[in-house]
Amino acid sequence: MELGPIWRALMRNKIGAILIALQIAVTLAIMVNAVSIIQERARLMARPSGLDEHNIFHISSVGFAPDFNERATIEEDLIALRGLPGVVDAFQSNSVPLSDGGWSMGLQTEPGEEIDGTGVAVYFIDEHGLNTYGVNLLAGENFSATDVDWRQRSEHEWPDKTLITRAMAETLFPDDPDGALGKAVYINDDEPITITGIIEQMQAPWNSWSGVERVMLVPQHTLFGATRYIIRTEPGRRDELMPVVEKLLAEREKGRIVRSMRSMDETRMESYRGDDSMIKMLKFTVSLLIAITAMGIVGLASFSVNRRTKQIGTRRALGAPKSAILRYFMAENLIISLVGVALGAALAIGLNMWMVETFSLTRLNAWLLPVAMLLLCLVGQLAVLGPARKAASVPPAVATRTV
Amino acid sequence: MFNYYLKLGWLSIRRNPLLSALMVAAIAVGIGACMTTITVNYLMSGNPIPHKSDQLFYVQLDNWDPNVQSDDPLEPPDQVTYTDAMALIQSAPAFRQVASNRSGLVLEPGDEDELPFNVQSRNTFADFFPMFDLPFLYGSGWDDDADAAMERVVVLSRETNERVFGGEDSVGRNVRMNGMNFRIVGVLDQWHPVPKFYDLTNGDFNDPEDVFIPFNVAIEYQLPRNGNTNCWKAPDGEGFEGFLNSECVFIQFWAELRTEAEKQEYMSFLDAYAEQQKLLGRFPRPLNNRLSNVVEWMKIQEVVADDAQVMLGLSLLFLLVCLLNTIGLLLAKFLGKSGDIGLRRALGASKPTLFVQHMVESGLIGLAGGVVGLGLAALGLWGVKVLFGDDLEYLVRMDWVMILTGIGLAIASALLASIYPTWRACQVAPAGQLKTQ
Repeated sequence: MELGPIWRALMRNKIGAILIALQIAVTLAIMVNAVSIIQERARLMARPSGLDEHNIFHISSVGFAPDFNERATIEEDLIALRGLPGVVDAFQSNSVPLSDGGWSMGLQTEPGEEIDGTGVAVYFIDEHGLNTYGVNLLAGENFSATDVDWRQRSEHEWPDKTLITRAMAETLFPDDPDGALGKAVYINDDEPITITGIIEQMQAPWNSWSGVERVMLVPQHTLFGATRYIIRTEPGRRDELMPVVEKLLAEREKGRIVRSMRSMDETRMESYRGDDSMIKMLKFTVSLLIAITAMGIVGLASFSVNRRTKQIGTRRALGAPKSAILRYFMAENLIISLVGVALGAALAIGLNMWMVETFSLTRLNAWLLPVAMLLLCLVGQLAVLGPARKAASVPPAVATRTV
Repeated sequence: MFNYYLKLGWLSIRRNPLLSALMVAAIAVGIGACMTTITVNYLMSGNPIPHKSDQLFYVQLDNWDPNVQSDDPLEPPDQVTYTDAMALIQSAPAFRQVASNRSGLVLEPGDEDELPFNVQSRNTFADFFPMFDLPFLYGSGWDDDADAAMERVVVLSRETNERVFGGEDSVGRNVRMNGMNFRIVGVLDQWHPVPKFYDLTNGDFNDPEDVFIPFNVAIEYQLPRNGNTNCWKAPDGEGFEGFLNSECVFIQFWAELRTEAEKQEYMSFLDAYAEQQKLLGRFPRPLNNRLSNVVEWMKIQEVVADDAQVMLGLSLLFLLVCLLNTIGLLLAKFLGKSGDIGLRRALGASKPTLFVQHMVESGLIGLAGGVVGLGLAALGLWGVKVLFGDDLEYLVRMDWVMILTGIGLAIASALLASIYPTWRACQVAPAGQLKTQ
């Protein structure tokens, strides 16, 4: 391989090469960091909520009439909902996972004001809650109908039983999460609650909260004025039943309005809308960027081929085969690309360190950088293929013409 | 001379349309990406009430948990308790001051055929309207007496008035909410502060509320709260009364203080108040009350989203790639013109003259790139809106500042990119070029 002459030729006309190398370097830096953000967001979005998401929807009911009887309405609504053909189960709650609005409390393993509790999302459920959400009970037992009582809006006493997620058990009892069952934990500093069951998985209303997997279920119906029904249907019947349920609730009791009916799929989509949009924008940016860099390589390579037509002709006239010319330009591009990606790797790591520092993003995956470097070299080779072929097809006679 | 250069530049651009179009495209794509993200960042960090943002102060009182373990334990809570809000309203020395929070209410239109619907309510005091300069279409806000007497009065947003009364002057009429009649005293004109600075606790870019009612009325009738509530310990008392007397924060408090002296006086009052509360066994942490003006408060609450800043950074790098591309294209173009330049040099044009002439040509390309780039930015902003939804409606609008910034950035970029290629082209020795013609 004639690397020596290629290098010396490059050194005689540095600027074009430097421009391409810089372009490749900056492209690599942007690309690697953008892909890293995409990976991070995709990982967040892929976290399971633990629910039978596709077959669940929820709807709000807000009483307003002066004679509105919330407790009777909830009791009758639930009987009507559970009796609907196609409905697997239904219950009433204060909030649903990923809905961005809810209640959180702190739990602690020892009583006392001076102890800092562990934050946990609170959902009020009844004995139908687990079956409706489709969450798995790992240990202990579900609430029974006699456990469930009614909670007023500004009440601050807590019932004496709770179910918590496995993640919450691990945070509360890091040494022995399996032993959490049957233990007492304290809410409001010193009010004891017994953990009567551990569920496999469930998410808090706030997807960006670090404790999103920490959930406690409390056996109460809520009388908060505004309430939410969660309904699970037989597989595939959700979309057909949503309008039926909305109509049923609206017509059953006129002293309230029903609103904000959403499937869990929609709730998930809304919850992650920002992340999803970020992924789409970054993908678009990276594609556009690679295209622009490739075009830049094509442009400058064509320019350099045009300027060197005579030299190419001379080499051909002196006996160089077409493949040698092709190889020359491919090798030249590879040298430039290698310098570019080496510079780019440093830039990418620098940019990543700054973003980790400023925006607390995650660090680059170890394999991401080499893969991206390889990919950009490949893009460079593909981009230069056209101009290189054109160079190879320069006839030897050109050399004799305009000298 | 400038006009002549413009003409020369135009001729040169036309002589090589493909190369020129590529340059315009490269600059346009870079500017398009940059201006999309710059616009979003600019609007996110915009000053929603510029003429008095330095006279409006958000009040923070530190009544929080002495045992909380966190990295920066000295941040006071971002809202205040009912007890403290009422104490300040009654005796703190401000030109104007308001406590406010949010409720979700059900409004029943008078028309039997129309279904009741949900409205967001801002529960506040008479001073809210003059303090934040709310524009009125009909009527006005209520007065202090209405606050004191707990009159059921209401100010409707323009949109709510259109929905319920078809946009008529509804002042004096009644509207039914949560089973109670409220007398309409005013209807707002369009009012969309971006960001929604007066309530950065419940969505920085949400729409303003649909109705405004006296805070005292919302408390008196225990209207359902619909905003962030934080408690560091359970209320001592029972029921709603117990909640009101608790250490739970759910109220946003603003004071209008026109001079530094007024601010000092107010701050001293806050500290004295906190000291007095300490004697009563409250405010267990060290004295840490805060007054932050609108801009400071927006910074503390981190209104500009991290994602927007990340995208801004990436798009600036993107513009850099486009500029490197443009430099390459310009090199190709100007070197192709060596013959021309040689001829002009031979006819007596000096190097500086030629330099200026080619910079003008680049400026023209930059201008074209800027115009096309703004079109692309408009497209980009539309895309952002489609992706993020209507919540961002007020964050995807370009104003004159942004348009001029875009054009300016494009021309500056083009000129910057052309310095080296132009300098290089001007180094041409006239004799060498003329020889080969």
